Amino acid sequence: MWEYTDKVKEHFLHPRNVGEIENPDGIAEVGSLACGDALKLTFKLDENKRIADAKFKTFGCASAIASSSALTEIIKGMTLEEALKVSNRDIAKYLGGLPDEKMHCSVMGKQALEKAIENYRGTPALEAGAKIICECFGVTDKEIETAVRENNLSSVEEVTNYTKAGGGCGGCHDAIARIIDRVKAEPKVQVEPRLTNLQKIRLIEETIDNEIRPSLRHDGGDLELIDVVGSRVIVATRGACATCKASGITLKNFVEQKLKERVSPEIIVEEEGK
Amino acid sequence: MKTIYMDNNATAKVADEVLQAMLPYFSDFYGNPSSMHTFGGQVGRKIQQARGQVAQLLGAQPEEIVFTSCGTESDNAAIRSALAVQPDKRHIIISRVEHPAVRVLCDHLSREGYRVTQLPVDKGGILDLELLEKSLTPDTAVVSLMWGNNETGVIFPVEEAARLAHDRDVMFHTDAVQATGKIPINMKNNVIDMLSISGHKMHAPKGVGVLYVRRGTKFAPFLIGGHQEKGRRGGTENTPGIIGLGKACELAAQNLVEESTRVKRLRDKLEKELLTKIPQSRVNGDTENRLPNTTNISFEYVEGEAILLLMNELGICASSGSACTSGALQPSHVLRAMGVPFTMAHGSIRFSLSIYNTEEEVDFVIEKMPPIIERLREMSPFWNQEGQSCAVQ
Repeated sequence: MWEYTDKVKEHFLHPRNVGEIENPDGIAEVGSLACGDALKLTFKLDENKRIADAKFKTFGCASAIASSSALTEIIKGMTLEEALKVSNRDIAKYLGGLPDEKMHCSVMGKQALEKAIENYRGTPALEAGAKIICECFGVTDKEIETAVRENNLSSVEEVTNYTKAGGGCGGCHDAIARIIDRVKAEPKVQVEPRLTNLQKIRLIEETIDNEIRPSLRHDGGDLELIDVVGSRVIVATRGACATCKASGITLKNFVEQKLKERVSPEIIVEEEGK
Repeated sequence: MKTIYMDNNATAKVADEVLQAMLPYFSDFYGNPSSMHTFGGQVGRKIQQARGQVAQLLGAQPEEIVFTSCGTESDNAAIRSALAVQPDKRHIIISRVEHPAVRVLCDHLSREGYRVTQLPVDKGGILDLELLEKSLTPDTAVVSLMWGNNETGVIFPVEEAARLAHDRDVMFHTDAVQATGKIPINMKNNVIDMLSISGHKMHAPKGVGVLYVRRGTKFAPFLIGGHQEKGRRGGTENTPGIIGLGKACELAAQNLVEESTRVKRLRDKLEKELLTKIPQSRVNGDTENRLPNTTNISFEYVEGEAILLLMNELGICASSGSACTSGALQPSHVLRAMGVPFTMAHGSIRFSLSIYNTEEEVDFVIEKMPPIIERLREMSPFWNQEGQSCAVQ
């Protein structure tokens, strides 16, 4: 059971401003049935260009309904400039906080608000040239490209963790994979400077400590760096890895792969004494 | 507020008779069943009695019963054992709708280098036995298929599946955690090698389970330690839990008829009335081959967690296969494997009854559910005023 605050429960059980405004000044729909939450927001302005009324219709869990209710309460009386400054954190704060797994409910409220204001102003909703790839979560190709490039993502699963894209119906997995391939094929703008031997060993150590050992330890195993000879990285397996028949595969497919990515494509991993 | 408990596939009430049978073993009779003295030995005899009670329910021999700590341990022990005793075989067959105790274990095993085949199911959650037959290879160590599905109640033809596996010299395990006590199980009539049971799904307490291991089946223990359970499961016995489970099995044998008559009738009434009173609703899973206590109903255009919380306000307990209840981005793997459309999967509610449910409770739920669904649909952007389906994105 989720630990919802009393405020979330109260706004879920007695939501404010449910419905749709007729002839609204701004209207937006975000989310979809497939992804499990969707919000339709409408608002009307008064003669001073302040939000006179806002209403919502939401399909989703308790926190999605409470976030929508909170959003409409927050923005009433605001100018559009003020409303645009409302962040998803403000929505969560208004509700006394949301569970981490439910923060996307407040993000949905923020997205609906931005889109409804864009709708009123007639400005394009999307960044120029951007195209929605994941219909479920409304993620564009530009957003995915940026995430892949900045975080060096290499699988659809990683893209889902970073952007939610592909986490719904799965219909866009091929498209995401193509974006990953495209970004990966981009020529590196900056040629990476050649590492000195000392820098290389340090980078190998860092990669093993920060990216490789936590994964292995998760399964009860461990790894120790013994020596670096040119591009040969000599390691010793510890814990569950030392007795695991499949540790050779882990060394080649995981450890060596990671080091090739992070340090140099020439890296070869060898087990001590083998 | 009175609690109306219709979430028995999650866990079930400890029967009063079970509790009474257990209590002395927390206080007066705390001896270690392995001890030489009479004080401990008398507890050992009670455990033997419980072993007999479990065996009786399953049509098994007492020595085929190994007590464990839960269904998950039983599943892990069975599959790990099948692999350990056949070190040359590297292939496992399961289905896409298995409980995480099997599915996640097999994900883990595939990372250890084992090959795992996950058999698909059709729209009704039914398994294709021909496909199973085609998937069996000389490299296959074990087939593990659940007897009754925890989310939909759909029953797999595990006895036939076990025969197919045996014809090809492959071991067979079944997770019968949901089926035991709800439908008759007689191990004399099948060739299943190993079968898992969980105490708390059948009115015994949490923290006790059983792995049935057919006589003659090669077995490698999962928990290695003392000589308990004839060396098949180390660790001092959970004596009150085991004695409780024994009593629960005795009661289950007596209540099997009630499960298949009164409980089934209540479930059918609940299902039929909800489908009639609530438009755009449907049952997930085959209704022919199904546990008598379970129904999984989807209400279109509303979300499961919101439904559950409104039910909760009235003291009604059930479960949902929606994404939001689990914190995942996607709804239940069982409903997805069955190809239930997303519009339906997010609004799925599982009601699982027990012999302790009454007609009045069922009537109360039938009365309260339609306004709950209506209230949420009125809030939903996908539901139009006429109460009909609407533009789906």
